Amino acid sequence: MKGMTVIVKTISSWVKVLIFLFGIYIVIFGHLTPGGGFAGGVILASSYVLLMLAFGREFVEKNLSLGVASKLDCVGALLFAAIALFGMAYGAASFFYNFLQQQYQYGQPLKLASAGTIPLSNIAIGLKVGASLFMVILALSTFRPNGSVEQKE
Amino acid sequence: MPYALCFLLFMIGLYCAVVKKNMVKIVIGIMVMEYAVNLFLIMLGFRTHGEAPIVGKEHIAGPAGQVSSLFINTSVDPLPQALVLTAIVISLGSLALMISICIRTYEKYGTFDITQIRRLRG
Amino acid sequence: MAIFYILLLFVIIAAIIAVETDNLLSSVICVGAIGFGGSLMFLFLRAPDIAITQIVVEVLGLIILIRATIARDLTFITGDREFFGMVVSMVIIFTIGLAAIRVFETLPHFGVPIFAMVPEAASQTYISQGLQKTGAANIVSSVILDFRAYDTLGEATVLFTSIIGATVILRKKCKKLLEDPD
Repeated sequence: MKGMTVIVKTISSWVKVLIFLFGIYIVIFGHLTPGGGFAGGVILASSYVLLMLAFGREFVEKNLSLGVASKLDCVGALLFAAIALFGMAYGAASFFYNFLQQQYQYGQPLKLASAGTIPLSNIAIGLKVGASLFMVILALSTFRPNGSVEQKE
Repeated sequence: MPYALCFLLFMIGLYCAVVKKNMVKIVIGIMVMEYAVNLFLIMLGFRTHGEAPIVGKEHIAGPAGQVSSLFINTSVDPLPQALVLTAIVISLGSLALMISICIRTYEKYGTFDITQIRRLRG
Repeated sequence: MAIFYILLLFVIIAAIIAVETDNLLSSVICVGAIGFGGSLMFLFLRAPDIAITQIVVEVLGLIILIRATIARDLTFITGDREFFGMVVSMVIIFTIGLAAIRVFETLPHFGVPIFAMVPEAASQTYISQGLQKTGAANIVSSVILDFRAYDTLGEATVLFTSIIGATVILRKKCKKLLEDPD
């Protein structure tokens, strides 16, 4: 998998930045506009998948290897759990207590700085979904059936 | 009427998953069933001449974030949308799992035909 | 809403072609048609969050499906399973269809949601007090990350498990263990 022609490589090297920025926008503005962590995470993964299809697998593994992707996956999951535990630590309330909104009431509705822990949770979910989907597609592309089918019984 | 058409889609997927011999066809049947279920859940919350459950500037009635009664009376149901949003992403993960099982089986036996795979015979 | 019915018929026709065609690659492409048609239908049903997620997930799903079918020698597997099993499964499908027709009589009409008839429904609370309690303008976002965040935690666990499973199945070491026992 050495990559495609020079036309595809040039176009995808321009477009990848726009797709990545759009993913970040979808994640950060998830509490105001349609989108959120799930859709934004998949868009972030798809920008790397575009690079992998255009430039070949080795180029992407230099930028974001499988180990780094799995670490990012774990960081997203831990961040999401930590937000839940912080809610438990604040006040007498329960798991997933929206402590930033309930205690401090900062920000106004329809502004970017509002909604307490929801943007933080969006970022955690986006990190987790994007890293894990990139990881599974990298694993699918790494897999090579070495040799022919010799074990046919 | 739309509910019945949506259920027809589900039945097509169930037929594909039960009757076909090809492993990838079975995966496709399961995906069609997922689409049908997602579509049915969203349809349950639809309201005629409704609007999306996103508060705009014109819907805010008070300084503390009260919404106007117009929004309450025209918004569609947000709860099925929230459940389906997670279900779609889970379906992608389970699709990857099923496809990796298919690839492994192809490498071991050299075919996608489930009647040719003798070890799976019960 | 006429376009909605046209899209629904289009999706059903695409599903029938995807099930009945012999070529695996065209079957996968028909699955893409179902997904994109479904995304447009979600837009008509006033669910923009679902539409965005569906259209992005569909692209990645098509890449995964094509990865499975391309570069394999596409043996055309025709024919169905043996006759007796097929008859039994058709009878089961027919029974499920009969049961579903009974269920449809209890549902309200299309366009009149159930939560609008019950004043104490949970969705009414989410709509009327979601902005006040969580501060998020997107009510769906406030439901999945504040009111029902336990669901999202469980979903993250399920996604984690399935990805770990796929990675383990595709690992190289597994094959070595299978090849030379002892």
